[in-house]
Amino acid sequence: MKKLMIALITLAFTSTSSIAGPKIEVLHWWTSGGEAAALKVLKDDFAANGGEWMDMPVTGGGGDAANVALKARIVAGDPPSASQIKGPTIQEYDQEGVVAPYNIDEVAKAEGWDNLLDPMIAAIHKCENNSGPYCAAPVNIHRIDWMWANKAVFDANGISVPTTWDELNAAAEKLQAAGIIPFAHGGQAWQDATVFEAVAMGIGGNNYYKNCYVDLKESCLRSETTVKVFDQMRKLQGFTDEGSPGRDWNVATGMVIEGKAGFQIMGDWAKGEFTAAGKVPGVDYYCAATPSNNGYLYNVDSFIFYKSSDPDKQAGQKLLAKLMMGKNFQKVFNLYKGSIPARLDVSMDEFDKCAKTSNADIKTAGASGGLVPSFAHGMAQGNTMKAALQDIITEHFNSDMSSVDAANALADSVLANM
Amino acid sequence: MQDSLKSSSYQQLEQKSKYTNIFLRWFLYFILILFASYFIFPLYVMVVTSLKTMEEIRQGTLLSWPRGLNLESWAVAWGGRGYGAGDTFLRPYFWNSIKMVVPAVFFSTFIGAMTGYVLTKWRFKGDQWVFLFLLFGCFIPFQAILLPMARTLGVLGISNSVIGLVLVHTVYGIPFTTLFFRNYYISVPTELVKAARIDGAGFFKIFFKILLPISAPIIVVTVIWQFTQIWNDFLFGSTFSFGEAAPIQVALNNMVLSSTSVKEYNVDMASAIIAGIPTLIVYVLAGKYFIRGLTSGAVKG
Amino acid sequence: MFKWLEKNLPKIVMAPAVGLIGWFVYGFVLWTLYISFTNSKILPKYELWGFGQYEKLWASRKWLIAVDNLLIFTALFLIFCVVIGIILAIFLDQKIRAEGLLRTIYLYPMALSFIVTGTAWKWILNPTLGIQKMFRDWGFENFTFDWLVDREMAIYTIVIAGVWQSAGFVMALFLAGLRSVEDEIVKAAKIDGASLFTVYWKILLPMMRPVFFTSFVILVHISIKSYDLIVALTQGGPGISTTMPALYMTQTAFHKSQVGLSAASAMMMFMAVAAVIIPYLYSELRRENAR
Repeated sequence: MKKLMIALITLAFTSTSSIAGPKIEVLHWWTSGGEAAALKVLKDDFAANGGEWMDMPVTGGGGDAANVALKARIVAGDPPSASQIKGPTIQEYDQEGVVAPYNIDEVAKAEGWDNLLDPMIAAIHKCENNSGPYCAAPVNIHRIDWMWANKAVFDANGISVPTTWDELNAAAEKLQAAGIIPFAHGGQAWQDATVFEAVAMGIGGNNYYKNCYVDLKESCLRSETTVKVFDQMRKLQGFTDEGSPGRDWNVATGMVIEGKAGFQIMGDWAKGEFTAAGKVPGVDYYCAATPSNNGYLYNVDSFIFYKSSDPDKQAGQKLLAKLMMGKNFQKVFNLYKGSIPARLDVSMDEFDKCAKTSNADIKTAGASGGLVPSFAHGMAQGNTMKAALQDIITEHFNSDMSSVDAANALADSVLANM
Repeated sequence: MQDSLKSSSYQQLEQKSKYTNIFLRWFLYFILILFASYFIFPLYVMVVTSLKTMEEIRQGTLLSWPRGLNLESWAVAWGGRGYGAGDTFLRPYFWNSIKMVVPAVFFSTFIGAMTGYVLTKWRFKGDQWVFLFLLFGCFIPFQAILLPMARTLGVLGISNSVIGLVLVHTVYGIPFTTLFFRNYYISVPTELVKAARIDGAGFFKIFFKILLPISAPIIVVTVIWQFTQIWNDFLFGSTFSFGEAAPIQVALNNMVLSSTSVKEYNVDMASAIIAGIPTLIVYVLAGKYFIRGLTSGAVKG
Repeated sequence: MFKWLEKNLPKIVMAPAVGLIGWFVYGFVLWTLYISFTNSKILPKYELWGFGQYEKLWASRKWLIAVDNLLIFTALFLIFCVVIGIILAIFLDQKIRAEGLLRTIYLYPMALSFIVTGTAWKWILNPTLGIQKMFRDWGFENFTFDWLVDREMAIYTIVIAGVWQSAGFVMALFLAGLRSVEDEIVKAAKIDGASLFTVYWKILLPMMRPVFFTSFVILVHISIKSYDLIVALTQGGPGISTTMPALYMTQTAFHKSQVGLSAASAMMMFMAVAAVIIPYLYSELRRENAR
């Protein structure tokens, strides 16, 4: 027994030995399906350039478990070389002093990221309050305000893609009368918030959205418009089935695919489910933006690069940043993921109809001031405020709270967390 | 002794009128089977689902019997599909878990045995307080202490290593192992120890010659308890180990909880059962000894 | 020197356990206490800030719900596990056929982690997939079992799954306890004409005090730490109705970037647990000592 023990311990100590060269340790939660396949492209590229990739996948709760692991590593004084962190949270980590001295900025300058990215997207990835050196790299742009609808179901009930929320409600009532679940929804806090922000942008308009959910103005949050947004949420709740609470989003997508339900409101990662089921956009299903005035809710996945004193890891970070922003990876990754490339000069030829729509709409929205960051996915607000908003939205959606109470609770929750 | 107790209560049942007796028997079995179905139900769902194809799962119901034996999901869960990326499967992580579980169970059991021994046979002033001090450790929510734990492991230079996990599991096992051994040793007549002491036997000699040989039952209990707790741990595993070094529960979680992918419930269920097989085997095989071990330790005092 | 060593050997042997628990439990509690007085956000910070986090905590509806739920869950979980555990143990003790099989069936849930048995439970309890659908398919059109998606009732479904996992273990403890009782005691009672019910109720169960004690420690430990269970079944939903303290703590520290607030909630938990558990543990130990 003792001998076995000693053998085990020695084994545990000596299992890591490796050669010098670019090294990278990446903490992420892309472990399955298309995302994993896309990440493999990156890993292979990395290896082809002589690098050693140490994978740290931690799935669960849309990155919650990974967050636990990440903070543990940082507190232990040994952050991973790169991790999946996005939006304002990049700045929060920067302010804690765990990102500087911005090792990858050199690569960004050499590769001319400023010219490859939309200035607004670029700013997200610059440390020192969005104006300093680059410290993170974007891999994609997701659109949140999508509606995914089963074409056969819509056709059979004489419904065309709604362009206003009233039309959408009317369509849903028609489906309900026909005995079909109108709205496929998974009642989890983040999904409730995802639908909420699409409704808020659609009903309140782009300026309302910015005032309320980007600038967090109290008067806006308590306004009549917010009450209307909650009213529409209540209507949508009436269109869900009783199995909705707690359901995973992809199960809800499955209901649309099978024609059990009419439509779902979800970001463009939902497309992967349709593709996997062999469905074709425009033929089997519709991908359409939820009704709004040329609005576009964006969500950019990025990787942040922490400070590291190991020259091998520094070299790894530079190599990874370069590859991540590379044309090939940006194309292949987004073909898998359902999103569009963050890099502007990638050809959209190989992309499907939905991605092309997304790519065209983001330009229109950008020109008309309708390009707004998603708060439900951590682009408009840091985690604290995101949760403050989300808690109230999900509580309202899953109870009989009145819209007025909900609007006030939303404002109170924001003030309490300022 | 056990048998005579059983037969005595049985005899008493027999003394009653035959009809009441039969009725009681039926009632007894009815209740027992009712509960058995409550306990077996989720496992049934898991096994049946793991044997279905995805098509069957979409169309059928929870309870429906699989059309054929679709063992593919089991193969995928264990060995993957073989296309590389994102192809998480359990085989490589099995050994990781064993590497972590075996030493952690060994050390925590050993320490528990020693403290239980001292607390009952070498009592000193305030030993009750020391026991209380240790026992209270049972009630610490682990989520609350992850960050100081990370710092500690970082300072020791064993964050992100098997050694770190072994340490963590050993430490948080101590309150339980101490509880088990103390309750067991308290029933061992202290006279035995006293006599040995008069004969000049020392601290360790008494432990190894007198107590250890009669400790088999409680060692079984402790090992089962610790093995299950550590094998099934996800929180520490996912926080303090990564990638290829992760224990099996983390891999299982990565397979099952991937939030952005097509869900393959049959593979999920198969993986869950595979990851649970070691503990299931331990329970089934050692279950008898488990009860026996508890029997000799739990009550006397 | 040797004498000293010999005299203090027991204490020296105790030292590693005491030292490890001292640091890894009590040291960490002190660290948490300190952090709860800081304004730590995304990562721990060490500048003192005052009682702000505690004020925030008790102003948070979610925390109040979490505390409520913990009380409901712990009470029901304890009662059901112990009652079911005792019933099963007594019944199994009646010279039953296939005892080994039944015992294994009752005990196996403890062997599986909730990460995936949770998925099975989620299906079973979901009205559109599980039991409700099953009964409706069988022709009971009005059968309703939708607790999982009912914000008032969802916490009880968590009790159902929690009891499923742990009741068998309590059964094992009690079965072992019943079988270790000296036979003469039962015989003596029977000679006095006691019925089987009386034997159990008046004589055997009161002797099970140490089993109650062990069950209590193990069950409360499970209920305070119940996290996987909630994540697997409801993720705190519908809405925030099934939030529990362990989930609240994890979410605030790691998901919401409020490490200070999380520390405050952890301290409240420690204090509550200490206030309830220490007196109980102490009185049990004293009682034992007195014997």
